[in-house]
Amino acid sequence: MIYREAGDFSASYKEDSQTFPIRFDRIAFYAFVVVAFLVVPFFINDYWANAVLLPFLIYAIAALGLNILTGYTGLVSLGSGGFMAVGAFASYKLMTSFPDVNFAVHILLAGFITAGVGVLFGLPSLRIKGFYLAVATLAAQFFLVWLFNKVGWFFNYSPTGIINAPPRTSFGFEVTGPAASVSVKYVFCLSFVVVLALIARNLTRGSVGRKWMAIRDMDIAAEIIGVNPLTAKLSAFAVSSFFIGISGALFFSVYLGAVEVADTFSIQKSFLLLFMVIIGGLGSIFGSFAGAAFLVLFPVLMKNVLTGWWGWPTDLATHVEVMSVGLLIVVFLIMEPHGMARLWQIAKEKLRLWPFPH
Amino acid sequence: MPEQLLFAMEVILNGLMAGVLYSLVALGFVLIFKASGIFNYAQGVMALFAALTLVGIMEGQVPFSHLINAVFGTNIHEFGWQVPAVLAIILTIAVMVLLAIAVERFVLKHLVNQPEIILFMATIGLAFILEGFGDLMWGSEIKILDVGLPQGVSDIVETTTFGWFGYGFFIDKLDMVAAVIAVLLVILLTIFFKYTKQGRALRAVADDHQAALSVGISLRFIWVLVWSIAGIVALVAGMMWGAKSGVQFSLSLIALKALPVLILGGFTSIPGAIIGGLIIGVGEKLFEFSIGPLIGGATENWFAYVLALLFLVFRPQGLFGEKIIERV
Repeated sequence: MIYREAGDFSASYKEDSQTFPIRFDRIAFYAFVVVAFLVVPFFINDYWANAVLLPFLIYAIAALGLNILTGYTGLVSLGSGGFMAVGAFASYKLMTSFPDVNFAVHILLAGFITAGVGVLFGLPSLRIKGFYLAVATLAAQFFLVWLFNKVGWFFNYSPTGIINAPPRTSFGFEVTGPAASVSVKYVFCLSFVVVLALIARNLTRGSVGRKWMAIRDMDIAAEIIGVNPLTAKLSAFAVSSFFIGISGALFFSVYLGAVEVADTFSIQKSFLLLFMVIIGGLGSIFGSFAGAAFLVLFPVLMKNVLTGWWGWPTDLATHVEVMSVGLLIVVFLIMEPHGMARLWQIAKEKLRLWPFPH
Repeated sequence: MPEQLLFAMEVILNGLMAGVLYSLVALGFVLIFKASGIFNYAQGVMALFAALTLVGIMEGQVPFSHLINAVFGTNIHEFGWQVPAVLAIILTIAVMVLLAIAVERFVLKHLVNQPEIILFMATIGLAFILEGFGDLMWGSEIKILDVGLPQGVSDIVETTTFGWFGYGFFIDKLDMVAAVIAVLLVILLTIFFKYTKQGRALRAVADDHQAALSVGISLRFIWVLVWSIAGIVALVAGMMWGAKSGVQFSLSLIALKALPVLILGGFTSIPGAIIGGLIIGVGEKLFEFSIGPLIGGATENWFAYVLALLFLVFRPQGLFGEKIIERV
């Protein structure tokens, strides 16, 4: 009844090609953003921020990045954990070397550095694809983690190898360090998410994104119709790594505050991101958010139900959780290979016709 | 002979032995890839699961005891008997066959004709299911696997080589057994593929699914068969690795090590898996021995992947793989 596009006419090309062509969607989106920016920060508490909201926002950025590479360009990457580590260590080096610079600038620079590393490890994608490329990205994962573990310069020769985020400010607010308030952290991350999501959305529906999708659907055919695979694949790697690098930088500096690289950015992280993208929906911006939200909330929920209500020991709950995540992946691949994004679309279609579907 | 050279030779020999173990895992991958075009990421977890099951049966553990205790508040852990190794191995093989049937019934059947990468991701999901399931069933603590395989450094090799060169080589007995078993396994599999009816059917399926179907080969049976064989290979690999370093989660990570092996050897070649494993085994040991100390050590973590990466750029289909021909 509420969700209707009747009477919603586009009078110009510009109106027709806007991000949310249906007025209801548009209003809902703006309302959502206003609530997220102006209401949530005043009610947020430590538990919600640290258990749900901050990881969700940060993973959403990484999922967006991986979705650009895997969902839109069809290049499967198992090196996202390594790229997140690049972002984290780049931001750490920048923070400690230039303490007075606005912290947001550091985050952006960390993104650009990661983009460069991503292009470097993306070079083999010009020759190989499919599983072969997945294995090649594993090289990135293991090599980068080893590098950050062994070369002292990256962690400023701290004896434990653990990097700690010193307190830094952005626009006068303290964002990192133990004294930073969760509201500030939340708004800081949220701003990055909103801006990056808009960039991703507009890149993927513009000419760049169409080239990516052409490469995904069939790279040889794309080459024949004039898509340059060199620039298309490398730009996908660059943009994707930029996103993942920013996510890694935020993950380290804003969310965790202290990072031991072999633990935090292990191969498990790469799989987690891949799962977010698969469950959320390959090749969908909304899907990246849905997948990130789901895989952040799901373990919290499982833990609360299994250990909190039923009183199971934690190790048992972890096993059940691992198993359920695997099960969900298989079920999604079988039942709905396009993930939660497609479910959302179906729901919207149904809503449009409701209550008279015939 | 100079000391340094002899030491390098010892490193090479140990690398060869480690390579055999990589090959064992890679073999399971190749079998499934040949028969169904599926890149089975879960192979490593299958090895872990098989080893866990073997230990569990041998020790007489009650399956799901943790879960049962948590739900019903009971306190049971063991049946209180010990199963002889041979019987336990047979029972584990039965479990692996059941697993193969379940995988075919609940996963593969529904994913026919999907793109390869979707199947690959499904096996990643499968790996997580198996990992959780195995831990749930048998508990996640590190277990010691003892099926009566010889352990420790071989005295014979040490004394013989000492007699020859005046320098005793340290070689693990278990590695030698593993090498022998790997060779036997490859011979058995080759005979199976070449001379039995099922083996021929398997090769037919590998060549062309549709043509195989049209001459009356049951694809579903072949899939169950090949996953069972892969399960048995996983059991062998799990036994070797489990006896070497205990049955624990890190066992499943050897699957990742098998990936560069496959890239070197080619996804479709059984001899390729063996030779790829040997190259990786020797390469990473030599690299760690010669360059490792200069750049901080622990290069074994990534050397195999970087080698594979460089190799891919020059020969994407691997050493023995079929040439990749692409059409629009």
